[in-house]
Amino acid sequence: MAAKNWSFRMTPTRAVLMALAAIGGALMVYRLVVGLGPTTNLNDQWPWGMWIGFDVLTGVALAGGGYSTCLLVNVMGIKKFAPIARAALLTSLIGYLLVMVGLFLDIGRWFNFWRPFVSWGHTSILFEVFWCVSLYTTVQLLEFGEIATEKVGKRWHGIFKKILPVLLIVGVLLPTLHQSSLGSLYVIEVGKLYPLWWSLLLPIFFLMSSFFVGPAMVSLESLLSSRATGHKPEYNILQSLIKVAGYMMLVYLVLKIGDLFYRGAAGLVFAGNLEGNMFLLEMIAGIIIPLVICFTPKLRNSKAGLATFSVLVVAGVILNRMNVVFTGMSDYIGGSYFPSAIEWLVSIGLVAMGVLAYLFIVENFNIVPKEQHEAETDKETAAVKHTA
Amino acid sequence: MSKAVLVDITKCVGCGSCGVACKMWNNLEYRKESPMLGKDSKLDAENWTNIKLVETETGAEKQSIWRFVKNQCLHCEEPACVSACFSKALQKTKAGPVVYHANLCVGCRYCMIACPFDIPKYEWGKVIPRIRKCQMCPGRIKEGNSPACTEVCPTNALTFGEHKDLLKQARATINNDKKYVQHIFGEKEAGGTAWLYISDVPFKELGFRTDVTTQAVPHYTESIMHLTPAVGLTWGALLTGMYVYNRRRNTIANEENDNKKGK
Ligand code: SF4
Ligand code: SF4
Ligand code: SF4
Repeated sequence: MAAKNWSFRMTPTRAVLMALAAIGGALMVYRLVVGLGPTTNLNDQWPWGMWIGFDVLTGVALAGGGYSTCLLVNVMGIKKFAPIARAALLTSLIGYLLVMVGLFLDIGRWFNFWRPFVSWGHTSILFEVFWCVSLYTTVQLLEFGEIATEKVGKRWHGIFKKILPVLLIVGVLLPTLHQSSLGSLYVIEVGKLYPLWWSLLLPIFFLMSSFFVGPAMVSLESLLSSRATGHKPEYNILQSLIKVAGYMMLVYLVLKIGDLFYRGAAGLVFAGNLEGNMFLLEMIAGIIIPLVICFTPKLRNSKAGLATFSVLVVAGVILNRMNVVFTGMSDYIGGSYFPSAIEWLVSIGLVAMGVLAYLFIVENFNIVPKEQHEAETDKETAAVKHTA
Repeated sequence: MSKAVLVDITKCVGCGSCGVACKMWNNLEYRKESPMLGKDSKLDAENWTNIKLVETETGAEKQSIWRFVKNQCLHCEEPACVSACFSKALQKTKAGPVVYHANLCVGCRYCMIACPFDIPKYEWGKVIPRIRKCQMCPGRIKEGNSPACTEVCPTNALTFGEHKDLLKQARATINNDKKYVQHIFGEKEAGGTAWLYISDVPFKELGFRTDVTTQAVPHYTESIMHLTPAVGLTWGALLTGMYVYNRRRNTIANEENDNKKGK
């Protein structure tokens, strides 16, 4: 057997990340030992807080880059995006694993986590979310198996290659279902969630935004990891990728405006209250400005433009989820909720764990295209031909 | 048949007997910091019912008056909490009560989010918390008794009986006596509830959620859920089609390339 050559460079940033991850990990254990009351600021008015709003809802949305890239590359066959497909898959996989951890921490009776599988409470949107997210995480693990077995357990590689087409299709189907379901979760808040956000179209809005945040996340990640690892980002690819996002955002914007008028809620946008202003911020900074960047070739083709676009879109989607969970609910619920220190530290710890895992895997597996990337794609097309 | 309770707010004197009976029957703790009777009373894990004092004004002279509103789970005919529970820990029984089974519960709290009246509460202080709310004393109903709280009410502000009959009785009362407002709270709210209220003071002033939808809340999500299989199948078929098509196209393109190279 060949030497496996695991490597993990230590840098000051990584040391900080490790410390944060360790603190987060310790607090997670503490949370399981003492319960939710002493560790979070949740209460009967605010039963869902940061862990659901940020770690789960936002986490799943931001991990949308995995399925949107997969759809473009593997299903629609747009091969020019292929070089970033693996990185997108990896982020998505790590994202989902973190979401699972976040969910597990948030449920009070965690030893019952398997119940819904057998109880079959199929009238609940949460049921659909639960099934899809667990299945999709499994599918992604298997998809990653195809990458991992290039290095470890090589004799399984053939099997993974064979089942890959099925995995890829299921791996696009499931996220489509649960990304939208996460929006449907809030449909039950009829009359509670502020009309700027409540709509029967919530599932469609959640789905579309998870799709267009994908390219932004992938770009952001490529820009960041190019600094960390020294690989040069594939600018051309990223620029055409965000154009795809741009078209989707355009449709989203039109649909959103149409929906507001249809429901007679358009007047609330300029009401000047907290909700109206947050909504404006979300739409202008998160959608309209990025759209301008995206469809002005000069801006799109500059590195700064690409970075700004990505940051704004990601921030916009985060803000959108936060608005649904917090801003849009605060008027109805009254009272206030601000996450406790432990809620923050656990969330930060989770992100730190994710970043570390990403860096480790990128260093040790074939994720980002290297010099031999030409050869790799050839091998891949050959394999595709072989399975065909 | 389905049982119900009619609450006549004009008859309640705020004695709090129902609250005491509820605590005793269900073994609930008394907590000084969380009273079940009065202005600051509210529902929580140990208060499955509370009797809230509401001060409001009436008539042309704006005379100040007191009313007492007994809160508890309304036991909706089509409960949002039941439809929201992916673990079937909340179940609507034939007799009317919406009952919680802790052994099935995951503790996700989606029921708390879903309930249009914000009834389910949580044991935040416990390591392994439960959802807590009025169960409508299903054990007592099964044995042919009335719920503990209705049993002890000295003024007949709480009447237990068949849903149909109580609705008729409520209608007759508000029609025959001018002092009542022409509204039976719970007849249409959230698609209809087992607990019904009549009052001489507008419900809004008493803190009732009068803007609640009259559609059964689960219908909103069901309309989406029912679409899921069809959307899933179509989308799946579409994806497979695209995949196969593009793979073929690639193969052909590659073969052509090979041919060219070969020549
Ligand atoms: S009032 Fe709330 S908790 Fe009670 S049955 Fe209706 S939805 Fe469920
Ligand atoms: S907290 Fe328990 S009862 Fe409520 S929805 Fe979740 S699993 Fe069901
Ligand atoms: S019906 Fe039973 S559980 Fe509900 S408030 Fe009355 S006594 Fe308490």
